[in-house]
Amino acid sequence: MSMTIKVDIVSAEGEIYSGSAEMIFAPAEMGEVGIAPRHAPFITRLNPGEVRVKVNEEEQYPFYISGGLLEVQSHLVTVLADTAIRAKDIDEAAALEAKAKAEEALQDKSGKIDYAKAQAQLLEAMMQLKTLDRLRKKAR
Amino acid sequence: MAVGKEIRTQISSIKNTQKITRAMEMVAASKMRKTKDKMEATRPYSKKIGQIIKHLAHAKTEYQHPYLIDREVKRVGLILISSDRGLCGGLNSNLFRMVLKQLSQWEKTGVEADLCIIGGKGVGFFSSINANVVAQATKIGDTPHLEDIIGVIKVMLDAFDGGTIDELYVVSNEFVNTMTQKPTMEKLVPVVANKEENSDEESSLGRLWDYIYEPDAKGVLDDLLVRYIESIVYQGLVENNACEQAARMVAMKSASDNAGNLIDELQLVYNKARQAAITQEISEIVAGAAAV
Repeated sequence: MSMTIKVDIVSAEGEIYSGSAEMIFAPAEMGEVGIAPRHAPFITRLNPGEVRVKVNEEEQYPFYISGGLLEVQSHLVTVLADTAIRAKDIDEAAALEAKAKAEEALQDKSGKIDYAKAQAQLLEAMMQLKTLDRLRKKAR
Repeated sequence: MAVGKEIRTQISSIKNTQKITRAMEMVAASKMRKTKDKMEATRPYSKKIGQIIKHLAHAKTEYQHPYLIDREVKRVGLILISSDRGLCGGLNSNLFRMVLKQLSQWEKTGVEADLCIIGGKGVGFFSSINANVVAQATKIGDTPHLEDIIGVIKVMLDAFDGGTIDELYVVSNEFVNTMTQKPTMEKLVPVVANKEENSDEESSLGRLWDYIYEPDAKGVLDDLLVRYIESIVYQGLVENNACEQAARMVAMKSASDNAGNLIDELQLVYNKARQAAITQEISEIVAGAAAV
């Protein structure tokens, strides 16, 4: 039996593949890489493309990823696949949108937190819940 | 018979409400199962990326990323994850109470806080009390996607990069079990890697080593740490979702029970009133017959 290396391919929304393989091919940013067992520790960004897991000569699994990161330890390869399409300008636009929403909501507010009001509101909610609880216990 | 007409309408209206709460309970129960599955599905990613960060903390890196270095705290950032909809018991109130306590504690020590809020309930509450909300995201829905929160996280990380905030926390509910949800606060930046959890694999990594980076250390670490932080927040969001459904299920169950109790009580009152009316009628007839 030849040497194998453990492979985990995960994305933020679920596990994609987990098992051992003879070799893994991935579309690294500076060109495709092939990782064999006992590779030196290595981190790289991945381009969108195909990650190929070669379990043995007959069994090969291709996975399409839209980018991500690849980490290699001598006994372990981890592929962190992106679920979202990432680009600097898209991220920037999302950030601006989130900010704008908050500013819109805050337009006529001073920056000071009204703790008393907050406490009062929370207390009211808590008391309502407590009362409900008591009512329920009494009813039994 | 006109007796107790008000009571009868009251009973029927409570019955209608009970139908609604019971339906909501069932919807929440089925959604909870789905959100719980989703929560399980996101675990491998956050576990893996956590592992890599741990490896990184052990490596002697040539480049020290700002997210890994502590600095003096003058202003903190807080990402708060709340639910979009109400009717879920004390879930949000408990969370807000914890945040308020923390905020007033910070205020006492002269540390200011910027809030970044995910979820409509949090936005409503904290803007009504004039908290300093710098970013917000609402209407995430039952199946959150990473795209939904990239923006708010970027706002906070940019603030950290720009030196506006010196620490970043995330606050959300932790799913303990269906009956219990616990508000928790976790530090995001500077990244704290659990150096204590040394397993056997770590002993082999004890010597001096560093990764080979492609294309360069800075770019790769930037991406990795941003993804790490996103994965924690995303995990928090998914977990908070499961909490919301669980809390709603419990709240709606108790609402249905309460409605049942109310109906029982009202039914009793109604029966008594009806009986009294009948008795009165009989005695009137008897009295009338006796007078003849």
